[in-house]
Amino acid sequence: MALTTASAPVVPEQPGRRAPDAHKRRGPGAGRGRQGVAGYVFLSPWLLGLMGITAIPMLLSLYLSFTDYSVFSTWEDVEWIGLENYQEMFTGDPQFYRAVTVTLLYALIMVPLKLAAALAVALLLNRAWRGVGLFRGLFYLPSLLGGSVALALVWSALFAGDGAVNEFLAFFGITGQAWVNDPDYALGTLIILGIWQFGAPMVIFLAGLKQVPVELYEAASVDGASPWRQFWHVTMPMLSPVIFFNLVLETIRGFQGFTSAFVISNGTGGPVDSTLLYTLYLYKRGFAEFEMGYASALAWVFLLAIGILTIVLFSTGRFWVHYADGEDR
Amino acid sequence: MTAPALVRHAAVRKNRFTLGQGVRLAVLIAGLVLVLYPLAWVIGSSFKSDAEIASNISVLPTEFTIEHYAAGWNSFDVSFTRFFINSAVIALLTVVANAVSCLVAAYAFARLRFPMRGFWFAIMIGTLLLPGDVLIIPQYIVFNTLGWIDTPLLPLIVPKALATEAFFVFLMVQFMRGIPRDLDEAATIDGCSPYGVFWHVILPLSRPALVTTAIFSFIWTWNDFFTQLVYLNELEDYTVPIALRLFIDSTGQSSLGAMFAMSVLSLLPVFLFFVAFQRMLVEGINTSGLKG
Repeated sequence: MALTTASAPVVPEQPGRRAPDAHKRRGPGAGRGRQGVAGYVFLSPWLLGLMGITAIPMLLSLYLSFTDYSVFSTWEDVEWIGLENYQEMFTGDPQFYRAVTVTLLYALIMVPLKLAAALAVALLLNRAWRGVGLFRGLFYLPSLLGGSVALALVWSALFAGDGAVNEFLAFFGITGQAWVNDPDYALGTLIILGIWQFGAPMVIFLAGLKQVPVELYEAASVDGASPWRQFWHVTMPMLSPVIFFNLVLETIRGFQGFTSAFVISNGTGGPVDSTLLYTLYLYKRGFAEFEMGYASALAWVFLLAIGILTIVLFSTGRFWVHYADGEDR
Repeated sequence: MTAPALVRHAAVRKNRFTLGQGVRLAVLIAGLVLVLYPLAWVIGSSFKSDAEIASNISVLPTEFTIEHYAAGWNSFDVSFTRFFINSAVIALLTVVANAVSCLVAAYAFARLRFPMRGFWFAIMIGTLLLPGDVLIIPQYIVFNTLGWIDTPLLPLIVPKALATEAFFVFLMVQFMRGIPRDLDEAATIDGCSPYGVFWHVILPLSRPALVTTAIFSFIWTWNDFFTQLVYLNELEDYTVPIALRLFIDSTGQSSLGAMFAMSVLSLLPVFLFFVAFQRMLVEGINTSGLKG
């Protein structure tokens, strides 16, 4: 799934690209045996990590998702319960649906707004002038401090009932409320925190904008195209692979929001489950309620959902992503 | 395109957009104020009196006090000295583990020919998209079975030493593709084995990629919350982020100043890295699309 689609743009080597060099001339036998062994020697830490830290634990959790395993169980009394965890999830667990809804809302609102902010600021910062580097850096700063607990704490203080946001609104005669404690608004504060960290996609947009050939703008202005038309007919198509890349990256990241929700709701996903992001729910079931079997099932459903989402994104990408002569990003 | 065309183009733009330029700058500055306000506010608030923190939205304190820093430092049974040391040890070990293991793996992918290389490379790219949060449950189960949970450094560091941060492997593979292959060839002809090529050619030339990896590993580990929350269960093992969270557990508004003071200190190392490596950080994610 995600494997093949993702590997497409980063083809290791295109044979035609390199001149037939010494290394080829020596024939297949010469250096290859030695390199073959060395290849696996150098790869061994990664392979060990892939097996021990990724693959085996994942298979184990797949197995445990069909059991009622808790961390306290010994391996002997792990009981196979078939699809019961999955059945419970889809038919008897309103919190699961709550978590799915909250996560979808969070990602669907946050990602487009974040990308729009990133693109808008990138367009403003695209041209070189003295001091532009400082601006870029400062806009990027929040992304860097991004998932830290300190910022989540600051956020909950800003949006508290007697917080700075309400003080600010009071200037205009608006009576605010305890945003982070109100089920209708708590998720909104998390979304704003996410959008605020638009610096990382912005920098990627800036890199993309640099790649757009100036000749295209030249030609467009000679033809009398307005800046607006130039944006839609030159910038957007040329930038579409970068937009796509950012969209995939930010969507996956949006699905994984954890720290801010955990800190702002004090680990509960509250008020009334309004900030119960999926990963937070997974944490609660696994590490607070010690239902590792159920949490494993939750994790697998999450993994499949992200896989399907990635496939959907990649298949829609075909209709709007424009690759100039199939170049990779 | 020819040089005169470029110049003319620039000139035309300049004349047409002087007003536009001003608007652009105004919008940018307004945006910057909005983006930086929360940061400035928390720094300013950490120097305000308790009464003033909640009610004052201005960045500057009316009465300047530094006592929150002292109070915050000793808020819990274990002082922040310990938490900062814990965070630093974990971050530095992660930096080294990541740099070494990812460089070695990247060398294999970028430079060596071996059976099933394409297959493993595709798997590596696949793990880039694998959400780390999904893995935390199965990894916890395995580490628990191995009895590593009581020695929290192992679950935090061992995965890094085994190149599980695929982002950095990918970053270094991309970087190494830019190193001329002629250098490898020359070293090979001079009698270097693949190990010699790694040691004498690739390692010294990979310094920029290593520095980028080191900076990002440090910052991400410093900011990390999820994994540390899962594996660190004793107060004296806590890192700064896990300790910061105690402020919302234990008390309410009264310790807001102390919480802000410690938050500011926790952001300080990342901020200093940012100041020192600003250009490199921005270019680092430029070239690799790294997460921020």
